[in-house]
Amino acid sequence: MFKSLKVRKNQGWQFIVDLTTAVPAGFRGRPVIAEKPCARGCVECSKVCPTKAIALDSVRIDLARCIFCNECALACPEDKIEFTSETRMGSATPEGLVIVSGRARPTPVATSSALKKLFGRSLKLRQVSAGGCNGCELELNALANVNFDLQRYGIEWVASPRHADGLVLSGPLTQNMADALQLAWDAMPEPRFVVSFGACALSGGPFMDSPALDRAFLDRFKPALFVPGCPPHPLTFIAAILDLLGVE
Amino acid sequence: MTSIAAHCRPVAELPLRDAREWVAKVRSALEQGERLVTLFGRKADAEGAVLTAVLQAGGGELHVLRAATTLEQGWHTLTRDFPAAQCFEREVHEQLGVRIADHPWLKPIRFEGKNLRKMKDYPFYKLAGKEVHEVAVGPIHAGIIEPGSFRFMCLGETVHHLEIQLGYQHRGVEALLLRGDPRSLAPLVETIAGDTSIGHAWAYCAAIEALAGLSPREEIEASRAVGLELERIAMHLSGLSGLASDIGFQQGASSYGRLRTTAINTSMRLCGSRFGRGWLRPGGSRAAMDAGVAEIARANLSLIGRDVAIINDCFLSALTVQHRFQGVGTVTKQQALELGLVGMAARASGVPIDQRSFGAGSYGRIPMKTSVEESGDCWARALLRIREIDCSLQWLTAALDRFPAFAPVCEAVGALAPGQFVVSVCEGWRGEIVHCLETDGLGKLLHYKVQDPSLRNWFGLALALRRNEISDFPICNKSFDLSYCGNDL
Repeated sequence: MFKSLKVRKNQGWQFIVDLTTAVPAGFRGRPVIAEKPCARGCVECSKVCPTKAIALDSVRIDLARCIFCNECALACPEDKIEFTSETRMGSATPEGLVIVSGRARPTPVATSSALKKLFGRSLKLRQVSAGGCNGCELELNALANVNFDLQRYGIEWVASPRHADGLVLSGPLTQNMADALQLAWDAMPEPRFVVSFGACALSGGPFMDSPALDRAFLDRFKPALFVPGCPPHPLTFIAAILDLLGVE
Repeated sequence: MTSIAAHCRPVAELPLRDAREWVAKVRSALEQGERLVTLFGRKADAEGAVLTAVLQAGGGELHVLRAATTLEQGWHTLTRDFPAAQCFEREVHEQLGVRIADHPWLKPIRFEGKNLRKMKDYPFYKLAGKEVHEVAVGPIHAGIIEPGSFRFMCLGETVHHLEIQLGYQHRGVEALLLRGDPRSLAPLVETIAGDTSIGHAWAYCAAIEALAGLSPREEIEASRAVGLELERIAMHLSGLSGLASDIGFQQGASSYGRLRTTAINTSMRLCGSRFGRGWLRPGGSRAAMDAGVAEIARANLSLIGRDVAIINDCFLSALTVQHRFQGVGTVTKQQALELGLVGMAARASGVPIDQRSFGAGSYGRIPMKTSVEESGDCWARALLRIREIDCSLQWLTAALDRFPAFAPVCEAVGALAPGQFVVSVCEGWRGEIVHCLETDGLGKLLHYKVQDPSLRNWFGLALALRRNEISDFPICNKSFDLSYCGNDL
């Protein structure tokens, strides 16, 4: 009893008071591309990118592919690319995830009035990992810990797809998980939607060229939300889902 | 001497024996008490394979035995006499089609290659009898966790056997590792098992550096070891939080959980990622710790040390915790030795294997105590985590005294030496991570074999469940906390 009280006193309050403005110190998050010209003919950033996330002329970074490894920023002779500690970078469309110079942030997630009406006050999520390395899975678990405490918004993880409104997908979608993933989706009642979480789910990430993947599920069911990162910071997910549902 | 073992030899000095002679050599080494670290094959041509076994003697020295065989000839199984070979022989059979005569359990490891998508074909063991029933769980589980299929074969309430079918996470890692410049594979290696980014990255970097003839400076090694120990603390805290949660002990779940946040946020301060992504690169370390960050790191470590002691005291003295963990999911020392369990799972069953104990590099300058528990149950695996957190905290405090600052450094890595075989072994938080690389005559990568400790330890979980109840499965599973993608690759 006394030991338990001691733990309670020591624990204090651990939750992050305002999840929408918190900035994780030291985090390598959203990249910024400076508005200055590249050295002539320079292809260093795109050459070192392990996930082909960078297109040139002018420099564009596709956050669906970016794994935030910092190789491009280190390779750029002009110091044009910098990764900031900003976590807010989810998008409701794949196009919205492309970072260019002059447009510092991805297109903000617009509130879906249909989803707001249905799930704005209560959202139950089922997670499926289809080749996720446990990075995304740990960050999704962290959403429910005492620090992030996502439940404060009525958003909760559920054990069965039968109870779920949304499917949060991580991993590059392996062939060996294709059938199980479809089964889980089929078990979810309408209305329902998909959230794509992490570079692997968004684009295949480091595994995009592997023949062991089957990403056809994403052609059949377009995600309502794309959450970039490798793995995404919990705050990236929180900002994106709250914006989508119009939660204030 | 580097902090983790990287044993590099010219291929020309490693004779390719006949498979029969090779098996006899491996047998005699095992009979003399050496430990099988890995055993694998690679395709040589359409009908042939090159086999490699790596053994470790008591003092930590590694030695390599190689052979050439045809797929048709193969070899007579080692598994019947040395069950530790079971997963390796199954893997060689699945990857290459090499015949393994008389193997008692020749089932797919991960359904790769021509087995892709054939998950439904898994030949589960069948129990027969009036009181027998089976319970299938997975591949998708109730929590936020990677997928795998579990089949419980029960006699009444008692689990007689648990069979584990994996492979759902197979992403084709080993094939991808052969594409591109072998010196730029770190981002891919960091996702082999995303909760062990530092462990795998270090095994990779050490192997590449050995091939390039590079010996990293002391501060680079120290920075890497700081990353590895922070990763260990974070994942042990995550495991304890999960264990507490699985027995409904809320204070443990929330306290260990938020302390993990402090640990991973410390890693983030140093390298930008809560998972140590981008910390290690061949030839260097990109972690940056100036005086300000060092102060934060020290404060975080001392906070974890202080608060973990308070929750440990509450957790370990609670009757409910003792009752649920003690005597549940026991793997005996004999079983652990026979199965070749490694890392934390082995040490909790009284088998003191720890690559850090050989005292090289950073672990020589600041020795790391090896923690061992004898009882082999869930209690031992929880207690061992607690002890290892304490040891790692002490080690880190000493390391930060010695290195009050780190600057990002990366030495240029030259071409890889041609015709070499290298094996590197890193003691990650789960256990030993083994990477084996071979270069061809031009210095290009010919083969890359990855081994996560989970490959060997999954069978330990299967044994732990015997004579327990299905309701004990969550805590047994969490007490091992094995990687699905590390196994499935």
